[in-house]
Amino acid sequence: MATPKPRVKVPKKASAGETITIKTLISHDMESGQRKDKDGNVIPREIINKFTCEFNGTKVFECDLEPAVAANPYFEFSAKVPESGTFKFTWVDDNGSVYTEEQKITVE
Amino acid sequence: MKKSTIAWIALMAVTAQPLGASALADPVSDSLEIDGQAMITEAPAPKEPAGHPFEVVKSGWLYREPETRSMEMDSFENPGMLNVERGEEIWNTVEGEAGKSCASCHNEASESMKGVGAHYPKWNANAGKPINIELQINACRENQMKAEPYKFDAQDQKDLSAYIKHQSLGMPVEVDLSAGDMMSWWEKGKERYYLRTGQLNLACATCHEANNGLYLRADHLSQGNTNGFPTYRLKQGNLVSLHNRFRGCIRDTRAEQPKAFSDELMALEVYTAWRGGGLSVETPAVRQ
Repeated sequence: MATPKPRVKVPKKASAGETITIKTLISHDMESGQRKDKDGNVIPREIINKFTCEFNGTKVFECDLEPAVAANPYFEFSAKVPESGTFKFTWVDDNGSVYTEEQKITVE
Repeated sequence: MKKSTIAWIALMAVTAQPLGASALADPVSDSLEIDGQAMITEAPAPKEPAGHPFEVVKSGWLYREPETRSMEMDSFENPGMLNVERGEEIWNTVEGEAGKSCASCHNEASESMKGVGAHYPKWNANAGKPINIELQINACRENQMKAEPYKFDAQDQKDLSAYIKHQSLGMPVEVDLSAGDMMSWWEKGKERYYLRTGQLNLACATCHEANNGLYLRADHLSQGNTNGFPTYRLKQGNLVSLHNRFRGCIRDTRAEQPKAFSDELMALEVYTAWRGGGLSVETPAVRQ
């Protein structure tokens, strides 16, 4: 599998207290651990098991993922932005890797 | 006696309802905009050559579930776009002994490849037969880049051909049948389309012409147009090439599968591309 590549979509600007929509997508096989290879051996589970979103250090959204979640998990959620700042997104892989992405937003 | 007959008819009416509710299975009437750009999902069927079975050709997008349809409307949400991005990297990667990348000759794909994908398969005088994007890429790799041609359905082949076809997003599919010997390939493709094969004795037309809009078990049959290929199929969680889908359909009829890019399937590609003429290129489309 190629290195998972996260993508996020956050509006660049918002007004104070506005509810914005955030979209995230990461490329990942989400190998369930249920499948077998050609020789009949179980392909070990390797999924993204946790996703979090923080705004200026405060947790905004958190989610555990299970093996039944399809490849390339996509999240869409809303958040209220009180001030300018940075959204930090984190995906935790079964193999211990952590993928992060940051996006700034300006509140006018 | 009479009473029970009426009750029987009433019961029939109730049980007949699910069958009668075929409106559920019909394609929806909806308009597709991808990031605000309008797509042609319904077009008058090509008039030349005569003999198109439909009045209106419809994109497979109209046959999918609302959730699947909405995935394609937002290029961010469309997982196939991850492959398109990867395709862009391949476009700019130098490979082979000639030390070239696609970009070395073709520069910016957004300019040089605009409209290209909408006109394949195309007559190739050197090969003496029609070729598709995958074969054109391989010809470039061998002759210009001095690199190994891609094996059928290599991930790079799918990603790169999706990237190239994506540059024609929204443009109507139009195959030039006047070039070279294209008409005889069209004829051969048509023959293959209506040929029943396999233990299930099915032709392409059995599902995609006679029964489109109905369900084949859980599968909502479309007209089988090719404007969205390579397409992101949720079932595979990956891009699926047209020849992979051809082979998959033929396998499902329990027939022997022709090889990818064989004359048989190239003829079928020419014919099916013509059948869906006028529809927008949707690559990478999102399907079930």
